[in-house]
Amino acid sequence: MLPLAITGSANMIGYGLAAIGPGVGIGLIFAAYITGVARQPEAQGRLQTIAILGFALAEALAIIGIALAFVL
Amino acid sequence: MSLIGTSQLGSESFTPPGPGDFNVPPLGSDRTFEFLGQHMYIGVTKPMIQVVLAGVLVFAFLYLASRRRSLVPGRLQFAGEEAYGFVRNSMGRDIIGSAEFLRFVPYLVTVFFFILVNNLFGTIPFIEFPTMSRSGMVYGLALLSWLVYNYVGIRKHGFVGYFKHQSVPAGITGPILVLLVPLEFMSNILVRPVTLALRLFANMFAGHLLLILFALGGEFLVLHMAVQYAPVGILAWLLFIAIGFLEILIQFLQAYVFVLLNAMYIAGAIADEH
Repeated sequence: MLPLAITGSANMIGYGLAAIGPGVGIGLIFAAYITGVARQPEAQGRLQTIAILGFALAEALAIIGIALAFVL
Repeated sequence: MSLIGTSQLGSESFTPPGPGDFNVPPLGSDRTFEFLGQHMYIGVTKPMIQVVLAGVLVFAFLYLASRRRSLVPGRLQFAGEEAYGFVRNSMGRDIIGSAEFLRFVPYLVTVFFFILVNNLFGTIPFIEFPTMSRSGMVYGLALLSWLVYNYVGIRKHGFVGYFKHQSVPAGITGPILVLLVPLEFMSNILVRPVTLALRLFANMFAGHLLLILFALGGEFLVLHMAVQYAPVGILAWLLFIAIGFLEILIQFLQAYVFVLLNAMYIAGAIADEH
């Protein structure tokens, strides 16, 4: 039985797992934004503010993940 | 790195960048003193100078743009009006509402341009260090925003009324309040400044760290390894440039989102009773 030795830090595995959620979330947000603009193109300005806000909120978790992966 | 045979490595191995790269020693001596368990430098460090410089730049731009106040604006006045109007309209009036937003516009404009200039310091040559990647810089801003929206809410609703306003959602009665009130209290009053600060800090920190990684990694691949790895190093440098542009976008976006969320918290605090 060969010895299985994983070298490196578990921080990056943690970050990789943590990036799944925000990836899906941001995809959903922009899918809704594109659908909304496709149905009513005049609403693009108003929807863009909400889309950018939602993107930043969902991205925050992924960014906290990579920042803490280096610090902790 | 363990897959690469030692015959292909140069004289030293690659040390990846870490949070220690954000430790900018001061101009004078290197001595430190202890304060609340942290080592504080005696002397003026580069982020300190950058913060003061950002404040001076923002004040100079807005003051010079508004000095002449002619009816047909010149170029600088037009630029200042556009910049001020962007924050005032899209974040003040649209979010706080046209009745009460004028009180908060100076605060929102100042915070927006201050954070924007500080973030852009991460891209400007010879300064390349986003000051918001030092978490101490962000704590102050988050504390200020917390004080503003809580003070405004308490002044409008009274202390107990504000507490009820933030902790009890509209139209919910009964025993589920036992679960909901601590959750809402924590989420609205305790966690909001933390996430506000952490979002800005982590974005700037991660972006700067990524740029350092590409630059150092490319340099190591080109200069310290066997010659067939040099094109990979050049590719790393090209990605460094591309991610530099992405960083400019993220710097704008983080300043915008910080002020947008500030405006939303203020609007939520002064909203009318349910």
